[in-house]
Amino acid sequence: MEHNNTSTEKHGSSYTTLVLVWVGLLALTSITVTVAGISLGQYTLFVALLIAAIKSGFVINIFMHIKFEEPIFKVFIAVSGITLFIIFLLTFFDYIYR
Amino acid sequence: MANSIEATLPPTSHQAHRDDVGARMGMWLFLFTEVLLFGGMFLIYAVYRYKYPDQFHLAGMELNTGIGTLNTIILLTSSLTMALSIAAIQKKNKALSIIMLCSTLLFAILFMVNKFFEWSAKISHGIYPGSKELLEKHNGEILFFGLYYVMTGLHAFHIIIGVIILTFMLVFLIRNKITSDNYIKLENSGLYWHIVDLIWIFLFPLFYLIQ
Repeated sequence: MEHNNTSTEKHGSSYTTLVLVWVGLLALTSITVTVAGISLGQYTLFVALLIAAIKSGFVINIFMHIKFEEPIFKVFIAVSGITLFIIFLLTFFDYIYR
Repeated sequence: MANSIEATLPPTSHQAHRDDVGARMGMWLFLFTEVLLFGGMFLIYAVYRYKYPDQFHLAGMELNTGIGTLNTIILLTSSLTMALSIAAIQKKNKALSIIMLCSTLLFAILFMVNKFFEWSAKISHGIYPGSKELLEKHNGEILFFGLYYVMTGLHAFHIIIGVIILTFMLVFLIRNKITSDNYIKLENSGLYWHIVDLIWIFLFPLFYLIQ
């Protein structure tokens, strides 16, 4: 087995990619602020959280370079995300049907 | 500064016994504890928002959306400069890496300055935990502002820690303790900084964008 002990040398993002992601994040921020001004009723919260999730995807994949990381890192994130989701789910089941 | 001389020295002891993937993995495990810490608070927020939707709406209207948006832009930009700082050291551009790290620190401090003015305004209006004005309000509003202070407060505390960590990284970078072939410290500090940004991405719509 050949061990490559150097950091993410071969998969570092280019400056252009990083700047483009930042532009995308700012665009999503302006969308979420604009949408909040429009009354969407019960969908307002859903849209806000959806945009926040998309922004997180960008930050996690590119800025935190998970996209280029070994699969085990993605498993970690999935497990912690699912754990959090289950905690929310169980709490609301308890709360709503109490 | 003897940077150029030190930089050309052959790599020595620090080359041995290094596991950067392991180091990043350890950092991620720590980040998950952070996610659970804030996750618990988001859970409390979710339950009480479900219970008092109108009062959360009413209280949320009192927050300054402008300053919240400005702080969002500042944090996103600081995340960019942090990522650029790492990309620069990977590309052996130490000067750019230092400039970008300094920018990140500057944005972090700017964020705290805004936070200071925001909180000062709220406190001068008599809205702070346990204040007379606040206790006269409905339960939902008291809970909203309680969560607002605890969650944005804990987040701001993370920013302060981040500033301390990044200052150390700046010193390491200047003294060539972080180099183009050993920058795991900078990478892990970057991961921490991005998670702080990530938490803000959710705090912002939940507190400032309730219209």
